[in-house]
Amino acid sequence: MSELALDREIDRTKMQVSDEVAIQISNMNKWYGTFHVLRDINLTVNRGERIVIAGPSGSGKSTLIRCLNALEEHQAGNIIVDGTELSNDLKNIDKIRSEVGMVFQHFNLFPHLTILENCTLAPIWVRKTPKKEAEERAMHFLEKVKIPEQADKYPGQLSGGQQQRVAIARSLCMMPRIMLFDEPTSALDPEMIKEVLDTMIELAEEGMTMLCVTHEMGFARQVANRVIFMDAGQIVEQNEPEEFFNNPKSERTKLFLSQILGH
Amino acid sequence: MTDQTQNSVAFVAESIIPESPPPARERGIVKWLRANLFSNVTNSILTLATLWLLYLVLSSTLPWIFNGVWTTSSLNECREVLDGKVGACFSVLTERWNQLLYGFKYPYDSYWRPNLALVLLLVAIAPVLFFDLPRKMLAFTVIYPFLAFWLIWGGTLMAPIVAFVGFAAAAAFFQHFGKGSFALGFFGAIVVAFAVWILGGMLIPEGASENAMLSPVPSRDLGGFMLNLMLGVTCVSLSLPLGIALALGRQSDMPLIKWVCVVFIEFVRGVPLITLLFVASVMLSYFFPPESTVDLFLRVVIMITMFSSAYIAEVIRGGLAALPKGQYEAADSLGLDYPQAMRLIILPQALKISIPGIVNVAVGLFKDTTLVSVISMFDLVGMIRGPILASTEWNGVYWELLGAAAALFFVVCYGISQYSQWLERRLATDHR
Repeated sequence: MSELALDREIDRTKMQVSDEVAIQISNMNKWYGTFHVLRDINLTVNRGERIVIAGPSGSGKSTLIRCLNALEEHQAGNIIVDGTELSNDLKNIDKIRSEVGMVFQHFNLFPHLTILENCTLAPIWVRKTPKKEAEERAMHFLEKVKIPEQADKYPGQLSGGQQQRVAIARSLCMMPRIMLFDEPTSALDPEMIKEVLDTMIELAEEGMTMLCVTHEMGFARQVANRVIFMDAGQIVEQNEPEEFFNNPKSERTKLFLSQILGH
Repeated sequence: MTDQTQNSVAFVAESIIPESPPPARERGIVKWLRANLFSNVTNSILTLATLWLLYLVLSSTLPWIFNGVWTTSSLNECREVLDGKVGACFSVLTERWNQLLYGFKYPYDSYWRPNLALVLLLVAIAPVLFFDLPRKMLAFTVIYPFLAFWLIWGGTLMAPIVAFVGFAAAAAFFQHFGKGSFALGFFGAIVVAFAVWILGGMLIPEGASENAMLSPVPSRDLGGFMLNLMLGVTCVSLSLPLGIALALGRQSDMPLIKWVCVVFIEFVRGVPLITLLFVASVMLSYFFPPESTVDLFLRVVIMITMFSSAYIAEVIRGGLAALPKGQYEAADSLGLDYPQAMRLIILPQALKISIPGIVNVAVGLFKDTTLVSVISMFDLVGMIRGPILASTEWNGVYWELLGAAAALFFVVCYGISQYSQWLERRLATDHR
């Protein structure tokens, strides 16, 4: 559980964190009805950062990253993504969504479209990319996630791991500057987890800004430059992975780590 | 053989045994009968009982059909010809066939016009039903309603042209302005359409229809199975888009739109169709300005369309509810806006799920068009109940007439059902 079985060295040459701010969250609060799900979140993400968000279930990690592309609405505070403030203005929301890629736990591929159509749909309709160019780019990213031969199949014909890699390729086809991963490996068999993590590591090696909600602590240790621990809707602790795992400060973090790393 | 018994360990076959058929009871029809009809005592008894029932039914109906008389001119002549034997009087069908199909007032020398409209309907509807056909054929589908109107009702060609121009202008307006603001595009388009129709209506000279190429036929003169088909095709094709709009409206975040749709659906669904038809034939004229004469056919189409679109909306809402929330989120997260997400992601899947329900409503609606006979329109059933059965020649010929009506409806409804099953197979991509 603790170590990521990776059969090669991670290439860190391009994993550079720049000074440019990609996401800025300040004093953000969110309620579901009267339930206070996110409490006073402050977080700045620089371009090139690879952040893993961990925490027990119900701690608000998924809700936090879903707020970043307005799949969930926040009720107080500010979120600035890529220089655009998230408000109720639909134009801003659509702009941010087209710059921010998202990968879901249950893949959410479009079952009535082929793999290639899944990947070309948004570039053609949102970016107005010519069809031929969109298809070339889709094939490029499908090769990158190592399933170009499945391009003409439908999602229902692919394994879970393949579907998740298609989902990653589909997001990449929009050329996003930030990628959000919402428990991308939680619905997968152990074998398939590895193929999806490999894809995510390659993405990190190319310098993509990534926010990743995951329980894969091996990935957090080796790829992330920062680990954020959330509990009960607030950020309890954040640190570099080495410090976070070897020397957690808060009692809550220690308990969590002992539970998930203990067996 | 002797070799084998003497020396049972070492054995060499001396010849190849020729292939032989299985025993008689294990092949062909005998095997099938044993497996399917007489596999045990209960099944055998049921089989025999069914055969006996079939015999009873066929022994009384077959002579009735095969002794049928096709060429007399009244029921009494039929009875004379049959001379006490059992037999149907199909002469009513041959003698009144045109009335059954076209009603009793449609001009005889114009029958080719609805016939041509029917043939063209098949051409126009083909690219909609079979989407593998070239998309260019849809151009004809767009023109068809206006062409069919002109063919069936006749009169001046100006009327359908003005109607078409009105729709085209509205579509163009929406294309241009709908991108910026949906509301402006939508309501502007409606205003533009009405402006074109009113202006165009003034351009058509008084009495232009009188010497037109096709002689005008008023709606009152339409009838027979033609009327059922016209109402069915028009109302299904109008109520499907309206039903989609209502289903989406009911899910809308905007309270006003949502409540308008909810109230419309719940009200229309809670009222029998026949009361709506009475409203159409009697009361609707109170709502229009006194001098305006909104055509009866149009009033009936409006009512049936309202009725079936409420049902279709609920069927589609079921399809929308069946889609996982993740599909909406995935579409949103890719930056698709609402119309794109609906058109490209949500509706194709929701409609696919709803096909059996929609077809159910469409078949029901088509058969419900016979209800217009109650407001004294002479559709197929209206013709049978009214002019034909009331005539002195054919008073009392129920089985033959209603059987023929049932057969006509069955052919169309069975076709719709077969198409929907083909469509479901064609759209299956989940490979379960």
